[in-house]
Amino acid sequence: MIEFRSVTKRFPDGTVAVDSFDLVIPPRKTTVLVGSSGCGKTTLLRMINRMIDPTSGSIIIDGEDTAGLEPVKLRRRIGYVMQNSGLLPHRKVIDNVATVPILNGTPKREAREHALGLLDTVGLDRSLADKYPRQLSGGQQQRVGVARGLAADPNILLMDEPFGAVDPIVRAELQQETIRLQEGLGKTVVFVTHDIDEAFLLGHQVVILQKGGHIAQAGSPAEILAAPANDFVASFVGADKGKRALRIQRVGDRDVVVDENGTPTGVLQP
Amino acid sequence: MKWLESNLDLVWELVLAHIGLSVPPILIGFLVSIPIGWVANRYRPSRGVILVVLGLLYTVPSIPLFIFMPIFLGTPLLSPVNVVVALTIYAVALMVRTAADGLASVDDDTLLAASAMGYSGWQRFWRVELPLSGPVLLSGLRVVSASTVSLATLGVIIGVQSLGYLFTNGFQRNIPAEVITGIVATLVIAVVFDLLLVLIGRLLLPWSTPDRRRRAARRTTPALVAGGVS
Repeated sequence: MIEFRSVTKRFPDGTVAVDSFDLVIPPRKTTVLVGSSGCGKTTLLRMINRMIDPTSGSIIIDGEDTAGLEPVKLRRRIGYVMQNSGLLPHRKVIDNVATVPILNGTPKREAREHALGLLDTVGLDRSLADKYPRQLSGGQQQRVGVARGLAADPNILLMDEPFGAVDPIVRAELQQETIRLQEGLGKTVVFVTHDIDEAFLLGHQVVILQKGGHIAQAGSPAEILAAPANDFVASFVGADKGKRALRIQRVGDRDVVVDENGTPTGVLQP
Repeated sequence: MKWLESNLDLVWELVLAHIGLSVPPILIGFLVSIPIGWVANRYRPSRGVILVVLGLLYTVPSIPLFIFMPIFLGTPLLSPVNVVVALTIYAVALMVRTAADGLASVDDDTLLAASAMGYSGWQRFWRVELPLSGPVLLSGLRVVSASTVSLATLGVIIGVQSLGYLFTNGFQRNIPAEVITGIVATLVIAVVFDLLLVLIGRLLLPWSTPDRRRRAARRTTPALVAGGVS
């Protein structure tokens, strides 16, 4: 479990990225922080592994205040996946995946062997192991990034807009893969995105943020859709423009569901 | 040719002296430039001052610098150390900017990722920043190498043995073959050093060499375009 307790971050230039933020992130579930740019979502994510330290307030991981932990050690037990993969261009795929275990002192051979297994886990062919990152497609690089994030078998996986730079088809694939991995491995995933559809797809808990890290609404996708807390949320999820408004049309003896444009999307099961 | 045949021993001796005079400044200059370049890159306000001041050192005329060295260093007038130190100063003057640029060329996202993985500051420098600035550092080192080999000929002016002896002696005694031998030998050393550096780069930076396939593709593309036009 990760807990934010009245966390504030003020940058040296005076901007307040996050203002007295409170949130409980449940274990073994996916929590998605979603909001437009400047809402503080990336700052919040980076405070979990102390890439950024809060100005005030505390972040508690499994009962331990992170302020008392050594940042480098803390980072080695939290997986991190970022946009544009952030792979080390001078290391082969296999060595990129094995990075964190080797930093943790795992013998190189063993770490590489384990890394090969992780390539299977994220759906990559083992023949890619000896290639350099630039020889891979964007989607493949992103999968390597996920494998690297998982390599030290962390309980927590932080994902910072990991699929923002890949094309829609590959993104859909990677999203399904993320759901499958999270369910299979039972990691606590904290995911940052600006795409509300991605948030609803992946999140058990979705946290909609406004400027300054203010929580506009937090809850399950169904709860948010059923009762948007305010106009901002309604507009952010698209409910105000009739998007996501499905209607039932009687056709013969079946109920057909149609979307806001009247396009049929499915049939209600009795 | 005849001159060369009868003076082979002398030429060989001067070649070795020349190499001995050139290698230390190249290596020391490289090693000294990296921490200075790191500081210039890390503390941005210092960057301009460091790069301009050290860059200006290259404009100090070499002969006065050679002559002043014994005064600064307290070394004997004819000591090769004078030339080595002076050439090192030129090497640093050339190399510091490249070192700063090389370190600055490393992608911010990559550094961020390395920190997020759990590299400590020191580990990140040795295992990520330094290797990734390798290609830029290598290009700078090749310039330094050529410049140093060429400047080392001037050592002869203050009585330090190098291939420059063949220039002065050849001129004074009007033996063109001797001068030409000096020029060719200096060129050969410069080319061999350059090839060695490229080779070292291939071995240490295998990731920066483009694939053969990709290079082939780049080569064929203009041909295809040209073919389309005709």
